[in-house]
Amino acid sequence: MEITRTFKSVDAGNYARHGLSRERLLQMLRRMIEIRRFEERVEHLFLQEGALIGPSHLCLGQEAIAAGAIGALKDDDLITTTYRGHGHAIAKGVPLKLLMAELFGKATGTCKGLGGSMHVAIYPEKGSVYATAIVGSGIVIANGIALALRQAGKRQVVMTFFGDGASNTGSFHEGMNLASVWKLPVIFVCENNLYAMSTRADQAVAAESVASRAEAYRMRSVLTDGNDAVAVFLAAKQAIENARNGHGPTLLECMTYKLKGHGVYDKAEYRPKEEVERWLKRDPINNFEARLLEAKLATQADFDQIEKQVAAEVEESVTFAKKSSVLPFEDLMKYVYAR
Amino acid sequence: MRQLTYADALREGLREEMIRDPRVVLMGEEIGVFEGVYKVTRGLLKEFGPERVRDTPISEAAIAGAAIGAALAGLKPVAEIMYMDFVPICLDQIATQAAKMHFMSGGKLKVPMVLRTQYSLGRAHGSQHSQFFPSWFFQVPGLKVVLPSTPHDAKGLLKAAIRDGNPVVFIESGVLYRTKGPVPEGDYVIPFGQCDVKRKGNDLTIVAVSRLVNEALAAATKLEEEGLLVEVIDPRTIQPLDLATILESVKRTGRLIVASDDVKSGGIGSEIAAAVVEEGFDSLDAPILRVASPNMPIPFSPTLEQAYMPNAEKIAEAARKLIG
Repeated sequence: MEITRTFKSVDAGNYARHGLSRERLLQMLRRMIEIRRFEERVEHLFLQEGALIGPSHLCLGQEAIAAGAIGALKDDDLITTTYRGHGHAIAKGVPLKLLMAELFGKATGTCKGLGGSMHVAIYPEKGSVYATAIVGSGIVIANGIALALRQAGKRQVVMTFFGDGASNTGSFHEGMNLASVWKLPVIFVCENNLYAMSTRADQAVAAESVASRAEAYRMRSVLTDGNDAVAVFLAAKQAIENARNGHGPTLLECMTYKLKGHGVYDKAEYRPKEEVERWLKRDPINNFEARLLEAKLATQADFDQIEKQVAAEVEESVTFAKKSSVLPFEDLMKYVYAR
Repeated sequence: MRQLTYADALREGLREEMIRDPRVVLMGEEIGVFEGVYKVTRGLLKEFGPERVRDTPISEAAIAGAAIGAALAGLKPVAEIMYMDFVPICLDQIATQAAKMHFMSGGKLKVPMVLRTQYSLGRAHGSQHSQFFPSWFFQVPGLKVVLPSTPHDAKGLLKAAIRDGNPVVFIESGVLYRTKGPVPEGDYVIPFGQCDVKRKGNDLTIVAVSRLVNEALAAATKLEEEGLLVEVIDPRTIQPLDLATILESVKRTGRLIVASDDVKSGGIGSEIAAAVVEEGFDSLDAPILRVASPNMPIPFSPTLEQAYMPNAEKIAEAARKLIG
């Protein structure tokens, strides 16, 4: 199976030809800005205000993957994600206020305050089926979801997100193999942000790339620029079409970089300064905006308007979360087992 | 009533549920073409086809994960893990994923799946193909744990497990597969959390699970000859546990032995003994005894394995000690 390298995105002049209308592009940008501002606000609530505690793994810098890949899905397609899943939930359309309320542990949150940041993306109402806190474990579950969809004769697909670290787990390898032999409608999206906590992917992944591992499982793979929403969108679109048409799974590796550390408290001092600076210049939002301006598909006024709306939405989410109440402890036992 | 083996009773339970509900699918190693290493799935591939009876690669995490995902998305999977010793390979999926989903999603996610497995203690399978560790699962809220001891219960409990809306760990005993017993034709379900009082008696209560239920009954017969009337109770499910029936019995007998194949430390016996002390201390006239496996790996040598295993004689011995 070939690895398609789509590091080169299409020129802005060709967007329309690839199904990228102005409206769609602005929607993708809006999602990215929602994710960025939401995550920045969350970080502030943790570090400056002390209003939030517990582990939280932000996806600052990785917004283009969520917006691009999920932007290529239909509304009724399903995703699974991980403890770094705020962005995927937002891209799938989960309301910010429900996400924020969950981070606050409130009864109005996506999981009624029983999940927290690492599971906040569990919101099946919007097709965000599951978010796991155990590295790699969601991959095999995505297979089962896809199996059930196909067996029910549906044309939906499942997109499962994970990081470069997960590609070293047994679940990844077992899951890739099973998806391939069963030709399941799954898109495996690896967000390779070069580090699993502080461990560099080039020290931990014994392969040229994560994408190249697909070859061992007779699976298609694509290696793409994860900071380019259009490149991710186009790569995902192809993978989704293949899955939907019964041609089986694809491994899509998106190269990216976290603006911050592994978790909200991690200062990421283990990353070389030059590397950080190099990636900061490749900010997915700034670059996307520059290209939209260059192609005259949007103006600064468009961006300002999005920013203004998103800022209001984020603030509203904090207000909502703060004024919500916590589930009474006496109610918890009824959530242990389904009736 | 007609007699069926434990394996055939399970097979009949699976088959009837597959006919009753098209969402029921089976997956596991060697369950299709090979019809299960103990032939529990005999004939099912032929009858239901490869979409509903899926042979899988040797990938326990992928099997359990696929079952969980399929359950989330509307199927009712019954996944088979060939030996209980292989279940820890997918323990994350069972204990940390499936068991938590309903709770930590605030009740939105449901995982109606069954994980069937069996332990082969008593068949000279050695340290890595004989283990029995139900406590690993009843320690995990969110899971149900079922331990059928007869063909009749195997069928009825399996049907209940498939119809339950939760992840159920269904642990069969390998040495029981060829044992026979009466099994009603057609549909019947044994609800979880209901002890079966196998034999009444007022001198001593023996709670026994899985393979040891027959051993406890044999011990009771022997003890009756010695003038002791023993009550034998099979809890059938450990999570949920019908403690009320056990407490009621101990209230009459004042004496309790718990017999199970797991190692003594932290096992079923420990749990039931602790619960009875907590809630029925005033009923007790003597210490509670546990008849269980010693705290060591299971030896291969058939002679040593027999010496290792709890049996009717060890249960009777404990009873004599308790009464003596």
